[in-house]
Amino acid sequence: MSGVTMNEQLVADGAPQAVSGLYQPRLPRWAPAALALGAAVVAIAIGLGAGLGSRVQWGLLAGVLYVAATFVVAARVEGRRQAKDRLATSLVWVCFLIAVVPLVSLMWETIARGIKVLDGNFLSHSMAGVLTIQPGGGVYHAIIGTLEQVGIATVIAAPIGLLTAIYLVEYGRGRLAKAVTFFVDVMTGIPSIVAGLFVLSFWILMMDNGYSGFAGSMALAILMMPVVVRSTEEMLKLVPNELREASLALGVPKWRTILKVVLPTAIGGIATGVMLAVARIAGESAPIVLLVFGSQLINNNPFEGAQSSLPYYIYEQWAAGNEASYDRAWAAALVLIAFVMILNLVARGIARWKAPRGGRS
Amino acid sequence: MDITPATAAPPPLGAAPAPAGQKATTRPGDRIFLALSRGSGILLLVIMAAIAVFLTVRATNALSHNEGNFFTTFEWSANSTPPVFGIAVLAFGTVVSSLIAMLIAVPVAIGIALFISHYAPRKLSTPLSYVIDLLAAVPSIVYGLWGALFLVPHLGGLYSWLNDYFGWTGIFEYHDGAARSLFTIGILLAIMILPIVTSVSREVFLQAPKMHEEAALALGATRWEVIRMSVLPFGRSGVISASMLGLGRALGETMAVATVLSPSFEIGKSLLDPGGGTFAQNIASSFKESGEIGKDALIASGLVLFVLTLLVNGAARLIIARRKEYTA
Repeated sequence: MSGVTMNEQLVADGAPQAVSGLYQPRLPRWAPAALALGAAVVAIAIGLGAGLGSRVQWGLLAGVLYVAATFVVAARVEGRRQAKDRLATSLVWVCFLIAVVPLVSLMWETIARGIKVLDGNFLSHSMAGVLTIQPGGGVYHAIIGTLEQVGIATVIAAPIGLLTAIYLVEYGRGRLAKAVTFFVDVMTGIPSIVAGLFVLSFWILMMDNGYSGFAGSMALAILMMPVVVRSTEEMLKLVPNELREASLALGVPKWRTILKVVLPTAIGGIATGVMLAVARIAGESAPIVLLVFGSQLINNNPFEGAQSSLPYYIYEQWAAGNEASYDRAWAAALVLIAFVMILNLVARGIARWKAPRGGRS
Repeated sequence: MDITPATAAPPPLGAAPAPAGQKATTRPGDRIFLALSRGSGILLLVIMAAIAVFLTVRATNALSHNEGNFFTTFEWSANSTPPVFGIAVLAFGTVVSSLIAMLIAVPVAIGIALFISHYAPRKLSTPLSYVIDLLAAVPSIVYGLWGALFLVPHLGGLYSWLNDYFGWTGIFEYHDGAARSLFTIGILLAIMILPIVTSVSREVFLQAPKMHEEAALALGATRWEVIRMSVLPFGRSGVISASMLGLGRALGETMAVATVLSPSFEIGKSLLDPGGGTFAQNIASSFKESGEIGKDALIASGLVLFVLTLLVNGAARLIIARRKEYTA
């Protein structure tokens, strides 16, 4: 489909500069790679020669050189149209590399710096009695906090989200359904800090409750609901209508049809959606700062008193601003990323394993 | 609005076997289930309304105590008596950093989306889109940590160079020091919104009609001409809404900004020098030192942010919905 082969055999469109026979001259296949290598070498040479300090500049320089060189060479050999095509191709490749570099660097830094203090002791101890400038201490209290807060948020948000999606797909007609659809979309974009402020204003400031893990869970649930609705809705739409019709034709009530036929068919996709939503809220730190307050100690009760959480712990250790706390922050970041990534991979695995087959597309 | 599934709204595909003229009996189970699921839908709407109402109530409380002008004051002393605070600096910082993020991220995201949908070898494109989706899951605080401890030290050189050659413009002036500025925030936000803009644009590009592309190829178009003539026009509204979704993310990003930016309550001429602030960052950083009025003042600024993101996201969704009707 990409058209490479067609392109390469394209007869020159009556171009006057066609040199020999019907074919326009083409650059050899290895030309882009050679140009890229050349651009990189020249950029490094310039960077070293002119004493440019940051490697970011070297990379940018190499990118600019590569794009320019490709365009000029192609324009001389192949003509203007082909040169434009090459220009676009090289730009797209450069875009891709520009994006990959920071992301790879992020992963690399987190793993390389996080692995330093990450061990059994780090995972099984809290920060009780550890000064921020001392090495040692751990994330146990933060892991407990994250698991409890995310768990409660899931218990609140998953049923509501699921039922809303069922309403939209199985019952939804008219203005109410339209309004719900629109506001679910809009709700997906609510900044996490605003959800935090909302719970702060009604739960803590108006109803005068203290800071607790539960308050954080409510904000997380608000963030989670629209994500669950969206993904469940997509999955329910994939369930073939023949199944519903067959069940209804046998005289099964609609609610039993939904519970026993529609949901089991889509359960894999729904589980995936819920897990992806969990992965999303597990990394939220803004509502935690406002509502859970943070703590150095292990607090197993999410309904009373300040707790910590992994994202909050990272923020706190970063704010402490010394080598020992930076190490802990990186290690906690590694734990958090590992948690989120494992959730993601498992969720996608379930989606692939349980994908509804033979559905209408 | 009030519809029972058996009469006014037949279930999807008209499967309800109600004969004409005879009202189908609704079973209690059905009624309970409908009530439950419709109730949750309504609950979502109620939550949205409650967010608006509660934030407004607290915000008016703060505004009635405010001695400064909420929109033009360059100061945030909400805890002093009398409290004086204004959102001018925050609004400026939020908008500027998000715009920088958009300027960097959108072209690059279009490039990556095209790379995945049209340029990459097929073997590469599936794992690539997978990786892009995974990157959207990296928590923002991790981006913040990386930004503060890795990106900031590495940008100093680039900023000095920008200062040497473009310093005369004023906005690229840079005096040595940690590069914890609005421009750095813009770069970091660009990296953070890249995955979402990319994945939405990619979906749209993949939907471009294959027939148009093949027709263009058959006429002798180069690959770039195919993309320019048949893919990009088709995907334009999709790309616009994708960028607005990204903008919504960038506007509300909290922790990454709070970790990287070194805030101040003034609008500097230069984007490279530290200073400035954003709505979300200000809420997160000054929350712990805030008293009663201080918290309400932060809620007031949160309300502005809420309305801002609501407008941006609503507009993006409307564009998507219009496009769906148009193509379907």
